[in-house]
Amino acid sequence: MLKFVLRRLLLAIPVLLVVVTISFFLVRLAPGGPFMEERAYPPAVIEKLNAKYGLDKPLHEQYFNYMQRVILHLDLGPSTRYLDRTVGDVIAQGLPNSMLLGGTAYLTALVLGMAAGIIAALRQNSGVDYGAMAVAVLGVSIPNFVLGPLLVIVLSLTLYWLPPARWGDLSHLILPALTLSALYTAYIARLTRSGLVEVLRSDYIRTARAKGLRESVVLLRHALRGSLLPVVSYSGPALAFLLGGTIVVEKLFLIPGLGNFFIEAANARDSFIVVGVTLVVATLLIVLNLVVDIVYALIDPRIAYK
Amino acid sequence: MGTPLLSVRNLQTSFFTREGEVRSVDDVSFDLEAGQTLGIVGESGSGKSVTSLSIMRLIPTPPGRIKGGQVLFGGQDLLKLSDRQMRAIRGKRIAMIFQDPMSSLNPFLRIARQLTEISELHLGLDRRAARRRAIEMLELVGIPDAARRIDDYPHQFSGGMRQRVMIAMALSCDPQLLIADEPTTALDVTIQAQILELIKDLRERLGTAVILITHDLGVVAGMADRVAVMYAGKIVESAPTDSLFARPAHPYTQGLLRSMPDPLQEVAELYQIPGLPPDMTRLPPGCAFAPRCPHAAEPCSQPPETVAVGAAHRSACWLNVRSETRA
Repeated sequence: MLKFVLRRLLLAIPVLLVVVTISFFLVRLAPGGPFMEERAYPPAVIEKLNAKYGLDKPLHEQYFNYMQRVILHLDLGPSTRYLDRTVGDVIAQGLPNSMLLGGTAYLTALVLGMAAGIIAALRQNSGVDYGAMAVAVLGVSIPNFVLGPLLVIVLSLTLYWLPPARWGDLSHLILPALTLSALYTAYIARLTRSGLVEVLRSDYIRTARAKGLRESVVLLRHALRGSLLPVVSYSGPALAFLLGGTIVVEKLFLIPGLGNFFIEAANARDSFIVVGVTLVVATLLIVLNLVVDIVYALIDPRIAYK
Repeated sequence: MGTPLLSVRNLQTSFFTREGEVRSVDDVSFDLEAGQTLGIVGESGSGKSVTSLSIMRLIPTPPGRIKGGQVLFGGQDLLKLSDRQMRAIRGKRIAMIFQDPMSSLNPFLRIARQLTEISELHLGLDRRAARRRAIEMLELVGIPDAARRIDDYPHQFSGGMRQRVMIAMALSCDPQLLIADEPTTALDVTIQAQILELIKDLRERLGTAVILITHDLGVVAGMADRVAVMYAGKIVESAPTDSLFARPAHPYTQGLLRSMPDPLQEVAELYQIPGLPPDMTRLPPGCAFAPRCPHAAEPCSQPPETVAVGAAHRSACWLNVRSETRA
């Protein structure tokens, strides 16, 4: 197992290098540059700025300098959008906010989604089942830029229960977390339901019932484990994107998270931040997928890694 | 003869599908004495598994439903019990083993847990006693090195071993009745014989009554005291095993026996019953076997009567009615 984890982590390094390379050139291929603002700087200033950030050199040289800095010094470079800060500073500021928001949304989705999925599966083809699944379809199909403002209108502007935007205490967390979790709640509910329905039909559940076990024991001891597997595999990538910052919701609620910085940076052609944030999300994705594989092995004894 | 251990009376179980009602078990009756073995024989879809699941009340509802009849076990009608009372019987007084040992054990739980939960539940044993009991049972069914292998997972066992585990599990609480639903169908031929020997041996040692469900007449011949032959949800013939093999009365039973290969006789081609098993949603009004029957005649459009054709030997065919009246 330890060997497996180490090998996967080693394999991640070339993957991340490829990610950095591709995103570096993609940003550079986009038209425009970092210092082209509406109120243009004098050409002499731009030239100096370009020289300061090494942007006056040929592209391949810039690439090699950048890679050298990333690999040898683990330094993601300066920010051209926030002139007094490095990419590291920006990530250190944005990532905790994004992780708090994303983590809350994910936990909400997990609890609500699994509860709804289990109830729906146990009362398969009943009114409760159809109701829960109808809500789930709604959750999947309403985009968060619609749901967010709707929640704001109802819960803040009409009922005055919650602040409509900005970031501060925990009350600021609730609306964006709810908005963000809707899609994932719906998806997890559907995965849990279909997984459980399938397991409940399987031969070993019939065996468990033939033993005279109570239905609650059949569910908790025998059925639930197998039905968790689809949710677990979905959780890896889902969690990576949730923790790595969400552009729409952070923008909508003015949250100083990674997604917000990312979009600001992209608009300002700040290639260093764009590549840096991409690297963070890619790392999260790789690590969380590894965690999924480990959890899989913990749940299902038939899976063994060498 | 005292009251039988199990007495199934006019059992009717249907499945309600899009194509209509499927009468999987239609007016089935039989008795089983304590310690005896009843073989139920029939093709796939003849209703033999549904009969056994109905006795255990494990029919998935919906789409299935037990529509009527009685299942008298030790004088109690199981169909009238509450769910709670029924759970106290399942696994304790009636145990069941299934066709496919590969999928019948929970792949996520250790063998130990799957064995101990049943004796903890029904015998009130604590963890340690239940574990001791489980190791004992595994040794009884011939699992070598049971004390160590008990902590394995099902996938670490072969098919035959898993069926042994299933048997150990089923017999943990000394049930009065063991229902074995095609216990050897999914196994290699050599393993089949071992498992049958094991069931036979344990049956004698523990005095358990057995319902053996199979499509293999050879299995029944060596194991059962009585045989019931099912076709399209009905018992078409039932008899003591010797009598059934010596004097099969129903044309379907005759066909089944003729289609068994006889190792002493060399034949060019093995006999097979013409036609296909019936479509259970569209059964003919009379005898369901008539379309495939070489003796089919005019009276077969009426449901056949079940008549005695010998000592404890009954058959549901107009042919038998005629021969009886002639005699």
